[in-house]
Amino acid sequence: MVTLTINGTRVQAEEGSTVLEVARFYGFDIPTICYHDELTPYGACRLCMVEVDDGRRTRLVASCLYPVKEGIKVRTHTERVINGRKLLLELLLARCPNSKTLQDLASKMGLEKVRFKMENENCILCGLCVRMCAEQMGSGAIGFVGRGQKREVVTPFREASEICRNCGACMFICPVVELQCRGVKSPGELCNSCLVFTPQCLEKYGNVMCTLESCGACVEKEEK
Amino acid sequence: MKKIRSRGHLEEIRRKLLERKESEKRCITISSGTCGRVRDSQKVVEAIYDSVKKHGAGDKVCVRVTGCHGFCQVAPIVVIYPDGIFYQRVKAKDAEDIITKTILNNRIVNRLLYVDPTTEEKIVYEKDVPFFRKQMRLLLGNNRFVDPTKLEDYIAVEGYKALCKVLFEMKPEEVIEEIKKSGLRGRGGAGFPTGVKWESCRKAEGDIRYVVCNADEGDPGAYMDRSLLEGNPHSIIEGMIIGAYAIGAHDGYIYVRYEYPLAIENTRIALDQAREYGLLGKNILDSGFDFDIKIAMGGGAFVCGESTALMASIEGKMGEPRAKYIHTVERGLWNKPTNLNNVKTWANVPLIINNGADWYSKIGTEKSKGTGIFSLVGKINNTGLVEIPMGTPLRQIIYDIGGGIPGSKKFKAVQTGGPSGGCIPEKLLDLPVDFEKLTEAGSMMGSGGMIVMDENTCMVDMARYFLDFLADESCGKCFPCREGIKRMLEIVVDITKGRAKEEDLGLLQELAEMVKDFSLCGLGKTAPNPVLSTLRYFRDEYGAHVRDKKCPAGICKDLIEYFILEDKCTGCGACLKLCPQQAIQGEPKKLHIIDPTKCIRCGICRDACPYESIMVK
Repeated sequence: MVTLTINGTRVQAEEGSTVLEVARFYGFDIPTICYHDELTPYGACRLCMVEVDDGRRTRLVASCLYPVKEGIKVRTHTERVINGRKLLLELLLARCPNSKTLQDLASKMGLEKVRFKMENENCILCGLCVRMCAEQMGSGAIGFVGRGQKREVVTPFREASEICRNCGACMFICPVVELQCRGVKSPGELCNSCLVFTPQCLEKYGNVMCTLESCGACVEKEEK
Repeated sequence: MKKIRSRGHLEEIRRKLLERKESEKRCITISSGTCGRVRDSQKVVEAIYDSVKKHGAGDKVCVRVTGCHGFCQVAPIVVIYPDGIFYQRVKAKDAEDIITKTILNNRIVNRLLYVDPTTEEKIVYEKDVPFFRKQMRLLLGNNRFVDPTKLEDYIAVEGYKALCKVLFEMKPEEVIEEIKKSGLRGRGGAGFPTGVKWESCRKAEGDIRYVVCNADEGDPGAYMDRSLLEGNPHSIIEGMIIGAYAIGAHDGYIYVRYEYPLAIENTRIALDQAREYGLLGKNILDSGFDFDIKIAMGGGAFVCGESTALMASIEGKMGEPRAKYIHTVERGLWNKPTNLNNVKTWANVPLIINNGADWYSKIGTEKSKGTGIFSLVGKINNTGLVEIPMGTPLRQIIYDIGGGIPGSKKFKAVQTGGPSGGCIPEKLLDLPVDFEKLTEAGSMMGSGGMIVMDENTCMVDMARYFLDFLADESCGKCFPCREGIKRMLEIVVDITKGRAKEEDLGLLQELAEMVKDFSLCGLGKTAPNPVLSTLRYFRDEYGAHVRDKKCPAGICKDLIEYFILEDKCTGCGACLKLCPQQAIQGEPKKLHIIDPTKCIRCGICRDACPYESIMVK
């Protein structure tokens, strides 16, 4: 066991665990996109960045990969971290404005405006599907090709994969395609309904109408 | 030469080689690295061989074909030793004169001499050329004396002497101690102390260890690793064997880009020879130590110069970095402890062992020891590779060695460290070049590229160029680097097209800082440097683009206009004939006028005008 502090609280953790695991265990909320409990951490979305002081220097690290060490001081919500996360989310939303996962995160973080030119992509290249397919489904039918702006997830040679069993796990885990935000009126607008959530539909219908995680999209947005 | 059996045998070979050299006739040395070959050095070599044969001069002179000497501006270079007569820009047709005049009759061929651009004096001897005189060529110097395809040449310049010393006189720990004491720091750019790295790798848990040489040099305008591998591959191999012995590794890799065919060829020849002569393989020089090196070729991805991406690439995976919270010296190639160093770092090792850590640590500054090799390119008179002690001021590199800016233009800035580095403005020209000082100035040492820019360079356009390069070369794994660089490029392109608003500058700065903080690997963390450093030193220029919609350097096409000076135009019609858009009108012998709506700002008219009457505003 090692002892560390998270946001000033002394906590104990098992050696070999990551800062993200420990922080979440103790109830500290760190946003993530490319992370999943049952998959190998990938460290690509960088939303889980936290400040770690290891006694020599303070630096930003990806908490999903950073192993806990004796005596380190972790701060999950410093100004530098929050500003960075917000700008990063802004970039992601500019790429995939209709992802409910991203829209919800925006509401949670209080992001209300995207300053970049909007695109309408369906993939944020988080790699969850690739790892899901390989690690949990034992298949490896999809993977990344290309570099930089040309990077995408495809089957080998873009042909129907022989080892794909059409299990749908890739779609299940996808944070963009599976959950499209229904609240957005025009492409690129931030919904922010969750931010001003007063579930009027409850008064009207007795329960929330949608089958998805309640997002408040059915609610008329209050004037701010 | 047969297999070298022992240390004594190697020394005996060296003695014989040196004896032969002492009594030897004159030697014509022809530089035929990549820079020479693009100017037909191979034809020069052929012509010289033919000429020697024709005149029966074979008993008076020998011919040596070497790698790049460093002064690429005037390649191919022919130097005649031992006198050191220096001929530059030699062509095949000059071979006759060199043999008949200089070799047979001891006369100098005047037209092949180097002319100092500042004093306009003709210089006869290599040692007097200002470009060489002010350098300290510890690593590059041997390129002149070594035919990279001949092991004997390397042995004659004390080659593999350090290896013998290490294998037979030193314990691995002593080697590490020596390297630590020398203060050698990684030449790949980050400047991590080499000895400390070796020690961590030696102490790391595991039965198998690897050493890797990083020759995946991809910065625009930097080519010193190529030059070393092409010109003197054995110096790197020797360094790697010594490192492997110190660390306890038995396998090594040289990761070199596919785009360096000559470097690959020469390295392969050198490795084969070393193996043949018993300097690689089982039981090296009968010391009981086994070590061998393989070549791994890169596919041309810039990101594969990053250590973890490089290792993934060797493993046959996609060249993508991973987080290094567990260092590669503990878990690197195939999850085994791996020590990766740059070409120049490895080449420094035999020097340190031969001359001692004390000697080495006297060169350079307090924290940066030894020499640094920089490739001086761009708007500079003497393009080439420059090796100077760390701490040499930039001004000395650019003016004394580089010969200043061509065409009496004004110096504006120098970009050090390639796309990961930053630009350094004129007011910091007296900055001593070492790891710390460059970082403080917002740039970095990087692999050592130095791109000199004159007053006709637009700094916004320069930032755009590097962002464009990085947007293409980002691997795309982590979000801040992939999306952030793309958006920074978008904003900078807007600025160069005059579409940007004042608040875009703030957003650009914000983005740059986030990408620097949040990216996964060194590529992303340093990618904003060109933007941040130009914003820091040339904010006015950004302001001019954004507010006044003007490009002060006259580069950004959407913000400039070509016009003809009334008093200078003679109406000769030279511009009118060449304009691809028919945008110029005018009667012969009368003032011509450019129609800005038709003009595409190609600049052909300006180049064509014999009276310099066409200007940019």
